[in-house]
Order: sequence, then structure tokens, then C-alpha cells
Amino acid sequence: MTINVRMAAVIQKITNNQKEFVSEGSNIKDLIQNIEKEFPGFKNHILTDSNEVHQFLNIYVNDEDIRFLSNLETAIKDGDVISFLPALAGGSF
Amino acid sequence: MVNNNENNSSSSFTPDEVMRYSRHMIMDQVGPSGQRSIKQARVLVVGAGGLGSPVATYLALGGVGKIGIVDFDVVDLSNLQRQILHSTNDVGKPKIESAKESLLAYNPNIEVVTFEEPLVADNAFKIINDFDIIVNGADNFATRYLVCDAAYLKKKTVIDGSVLLFDGQATVYKPGSGCYRCLYPAPPPPGLVPSCAEAGVLGAMTGLVGSIQATETFKEILGIGDSLIGRLVLIDSLSMDFRIMKIKQDPNCPLCGDNPTINELIDYDQFCGTAPLKEVHS
Repeated sequence: MTINVRMAAVIQKITNNQKEFVSEGSNIKDLIQNIEKEFPGFKNHILTDSNEVHQFLNIYVNDEDIRFLSNLETAIKDGDVISFLPALAGGSF
Repeated sequence: MVNNNENNSSSSFTPDEVMRYSRHMIMDQVGPSGQRSIKQARVLVVGAGGLGSPVATYLALGGVGKIGIVDFDVVDLSNLQRQILHSTNDVGKPKIESAKESLLAYNPNIEVVTFEEPLVADNAFKIINDFDIIVNGADNFATRYLVCDAAYLKKKTVIDGSVLLFDGQATVYKPGSGCYRCLYPAPPPPGLVPSCAEAGVLGAMTGLVGSIQATETFKEILGIGDSLIGRLVLIDSLSMDFRIMKIKQDPNCPLCGDNPTINELIDYDQFCGTAPLKEVHS
């Protein structure tokens, strides 16, 4: 199963500056664990100590926010695009 | 569509104004009545910086009758890579001063109201009260949450945008259809997500996102098209990839959810764990 992962520019440093890459998993939790194997430390940037997604970051399956699906248990399938999007504040005074 | 019942000179046009706005008025979706709505609209732009510059410029050019600008900073040489309201001769001047001069030079038929102070909980209601639409170009999370809360509590529409590095985002929040807290319930810890000053931003990206915000503002005033309400535009300028994500109203949102716990403005520096704005920019 091929899952396409996209990282917002501001957090690409946690995936060695890779904006897009391919990973695997049957749900979001699996996917995060698989990405962690390739990029150690990834999970800590995405999840809290109690294994919940940080509130300043959203994970989308295609164009849907997983908070309104089944959260980390949201099933994903071949070809899905998973986006990790933290809040941005830059407007610049 | 913005309703404004003032029945004065704001409802008529001089021959010069008819000529100036002719490319608007010739369109069926605008026409004289739409341009009149634009003239009667009152829009507050938070921040006269990277996003505030293109937004305010296009609002002024397009004839928005009353534009408010809130900013307490002075023009710095490092601003001039992107902030088109200010020029080299303005370095050291209060931004609201050079912003007002630029906007009135573009269009002397509008009113520009300036607030040289940080937008904080103590003054937010007083400042936004006189405006129908709030355009958010703030550079920090404390102001973003403040604008979200104040606008929701006063039932104002927020046209939101942000930029960093080569990325940009834009959306529209209207009371009853989700808010910034629905999208991001809490800010990142200080230092985790860098600012433009820390990480950099491609100057032209502020023009791209600011133009989207200005476009959404005109659509909101005119009541035309499909608003970005409930949709977040994501722009990756390196691949010139535009994507749209869905934003939903969160029933658990502390501001606009089913059982709200935020019924008044709070201490946003404490909420975001940041220093007060005056100290940040001093």
C-alpha cells in the first residue's frame, strides 16, 4: 500500500527537508509509526505524550481533517494523500 | 453582503469616481449598486505589514469607503522586501502614517482611520466595533486568537491569511460557520513554529495571499461567488500547488461550539505563552 505524505514547509526539517515522500499504513496511527522508523523523532513532533495529535497541528486525509473522521484510527488506502499542517502565524507587521 | 443604511454622499458617485471604478461597475456582478456597497463598506486591516499592505492597497484602489489600519510598529529597512505600503523614505516612520499616505495617494476618495497601538484585549472591541469585516494579517498567534475571539463575539467576518517561507494559507471565518479555534484549538509552544523574522518569507508570497484576502473581502461585501468559508486554501509556491482543505465547525470548540466556555476576551499572552506585544517589538 502506497500512501503519499506531504509536510508543510515549516515542519519539513523533521523529515530531513523532504516535502513529499511515500510511506505505508492501514490507518493514521500505523502511518505515523512507519514514518517514525524512517525519521526518528517524527512521532514526538506530531503526538503528545498521551498519544494525541498536538492541538496546533492538523492531519488531513486528502481534504478531510482526521478529527472529524476517526482521528488516529482513520483508515487510509492506497493513493491517499496525508498532509501534516501546523498553524502558521506569519503575516508580518 | 454588507448592509449600511447611511443615506449620504456615500451612496452617490462623482464623475471621477465613476471613471475610477468603471472596470468594476461594468461587470454585471458589481454594477453601480455593488460599487455603492463597496463604498459603504467598513473594513479593518490588522497589521500594515506583509499581508496588510497588499490587502489595504487593493481595498483602497477598489473604493472601500472606510479602511481601518491597526499597527504600532515603525517602518524598518527589512520590511521593504515585501511591504508595499512603505518605501525607503518611510524608514523610521510609524507604519500607520506611511500606510495612510500611500492609501490616500492611491485613492483620495476613501477614508483611512488609523490606530497606532497593538491590538489587545483591552482595546479590541472598541477598535473593531466600527467595522463590518476584519482582515487578519497579524504576525503572531496571540493577535490571531484575539482577532478570532473578538470578531466572533461581535459577530464580524474575518478574512484570514498567513505566510511563512514559501507557503501561504487563506480562509474566511463567519460566525456560525467555524472559527480559528475550530481549526487550531491551541497555539504551538513558543519557538516551535518560527515567525517570518526567524524563518524568512518570499516577499511575493505576501502579495499572493494578500490578494486572495482582498478578493474574498470584495466577494463578502458584494455577496457574490463561493466564499472560502469552510475551506482553507494552501499554497506551496515552490511547486505552485494550490490545494483546498475542508474546515468544519467543531462542536467542542470553546468559542463557537455547542457549550462555549469563552464568552469574553482572555489574556492572550498567557494563552500563547508569549511576551506582551509592546515588549516583543520594542
